[in-house]
Amino acid sequence: MDVQGLTFLIVGLSFAMYIGIAIWARAGSTNEFYVAGGGVPPLANGMATAADWMSAASFISMAGIISFAGYDGGVYLMGWTGGYVLLALCLAPYLRKFGKFTVPDFIGDRYYSQAARVVAIFCAIFICFTYIAGQMRGVGVVFSRFLEVDIETGVYIGMVIVFFYAVLGGMKGITYTQVAQYCVLVFAYLVPAIFISLMMTGHLLPQTGFGGTLSDGSGLYLLDKLDGLSTELGFAQYTEGSKSMVDVFAITGALMVGTAGLPHVIVRFFTVPRVRDTRISAAWTLVFIAIVYTTAPAVASFARVNMIDTINGKDGSGTLYEEAPQWIKNWERTGLITFNDKNGDGRMHYSAGKVGDPASANEVSVDRDIMVLANPEIADLPAWVIALVAAGGIAAALSTTAGLLLVISTSVSHDLLKRTLKPDINDKQELLAARLAAMVAIGISAYFGINPPGFVASVVAFAFGLAAASFFPAIIMGIFSKRMNKEGAIAGMVTGIGFTAAYIIFFKFVSPELNSAEHWLFGISPEGIGLVGMMVNFFVAAVVQRMTAETPDEIKEMVEGIRNPKGSATAHAH
Amino acid sequence: MAFKDAEHAKAYWSENLSLVFKLLVVWFVVSFGFGILLVDVLNEVRFFGFKLGFWFSQQGAIYTFVALIFVYAYKMNALDKKYGVDE
Repeated sequence: MDVQGLTFLIVGLSFAMYIGIAIWARAGSTNEFYVAGGGVPPLANGMATAADWMSAASFISMAGIISFAGYDGGVYLMGWTGGYVLLALCLAPYLRKFGKFTVPDFIGDRYYSQAARVVAIFCAIFICFTYIAGQMRGVGVVFSRFLEVDIETGVYIGMVIVFFYAVLGGMKGITYTQVAQYCVLVFAYLVPAIFISLMMTGHLLPQTGFGGTLSDGSGLYLLDKLDGLSTELGFAQYTEGSKSMVDVFAITGALMVGTAGLPHVIVRFFTVPRVRDTRISAAWTLVFIAIVYTTAPAVASFARVNMIDTINGKDGSGTLYEEAPQWIKNWERTGLITFNDKNGDGRMHYSAGKVGDPASANEVSVDRDIMVLANPEIADLPAWVIALVAAGGIAAALSTTAGLLLVISTSVSHDLLKRTLKPDINDKQELLAARLAAMVAIGISAYFGINPPGFVASVVAFAFGLAAASFFPAIIMGIFSKRMNKEGAIAGMVTGIGFTAAYIIFFKFVSPELNSAEHWLFGISPEGIGLVGMMVNFFVAAVVQRMTAETPDEIKEMVEGIRNPKGSATAHAH
Repeated sequence: MAFKDAEHAKAYWSENLSLVFKLLVVWFVVSFGFGILLVDVLNEVRFFGFKLGFWFSQQGAIYTFVALIFVYAYKMNALDKKYGVDE
């Protein structure tokens, strides 16, 4: 069977499985719709959380970004996994004990203020939307390449699938579909990586393979060869990178605290029965994430060497365009690879610089987002592996989209309607509102999938920065400081968000021409400014708290309760 | 309240905080320390085919993170037992 037939088969089978599970697990009450009745075992919850959290960005884009950025790409690896440590140690067990459904619930109750709740609701919705836009696009890209349909059709198909298990199935459906999706995703990620690692270095584990010697007889370490190639072609050394240390520090920090504040991940920890299960579930989640995240940098360096070798030829003299391998032709059709024969010798040559710039010798541009998808083709792996990667990419995008949709729908139906605007609605109406909100959200995200704003990447920086500057400090102070009052928390959130948003908007949208290191505050790029925003939030909150009224006694008691791990089961059954 | 008295609850909380603090020190050292601030120094050291600083940033930090969360889960569960607040 050819690649396309196999892709249909494997993607079709995986879909049948997801939908089957969703129907089998159809949710009844609102409690089940949101958090699967609190009855998911820690290991399964760990897998589901990992799937929820590893988005199309992790699966499709991350290795590609690292492939092009080398050491600098490490900010994503350390940032996203390091954020998990913060989440597991400082947030998850306490929020589980608190026992409410959502982050705005915590903020609203802990700071005894509807204003704080509403601020949190809007942050949550905004963060989720910026994420979803990218996911839907991811689904569309995968479909359009492998099924050879246009991107709109791809997005529509994705919409229908998401509708089925997010809206009809609810969270319980999602928890078990996400377990299935994790399995598909990790299998699809590892199989090509292991194949390529064996081919290039003879190591079974990609994690050690990229530190091994090449099996082409040269005896060179793979990373040394890569450093050599990079320098030769005018790039920074692969293992050194080109960002300044302060910027790498700030971006890593912003991604860490931003991750810890992501609402769709936090809500996951409400699905296990006891506080101790939350702790162990978080540990399993990171194991499952680490399997992919330690493989990604290996995939990145293999792909980089392979790509340069195929385009420039083993001897570096350039491959004849006429004899270019099929994958180059395939991706050229999607516009994600372009070739411009500047010196007219009929050979492709890849080096630093832009293809469109006549002063640069570079003749080939390769979009970094295609690296993971094209990797099996570049390494000439069997067709079923290519099909598997397509299924994995779709699994990653769909699982995250579903989790985000759930947060949007609960924010609207539970936080905004039930807790703020119309407290007298019953369970059934709340569930209906949740489903309607999810439908509207799917529609809007599909629109963004079809007509992506040109600034998706900038918007993602926005989401992390805002989460870092708003939720993270508010939740941390809510747990670890009994004295933090509503005035302090609200002032902190507002100034933190305001500062971060202003900085990002200024450099990304108002004056993008100034967006370079000499104009940045302390040399920190907009991607890393969330870390400064977080500090502003903490500082302002501490100052305002000292000048305003003390927290009421019942709030102090509530914080005492959160710190005591016992008794969360009763807290849940409300 | 499951704690015997307020004194007990306070002791539990301060042991909890000191555990989290110790683990976060390790967290900071392997990522921000070895992976970023000291990366140039560590890159002088070879670890198989890796420069050590590069390895910490792309592999070592992640392995340490996993270990940290398991240590946390294990120690906290033991702490819960010690103070009789386990379930």
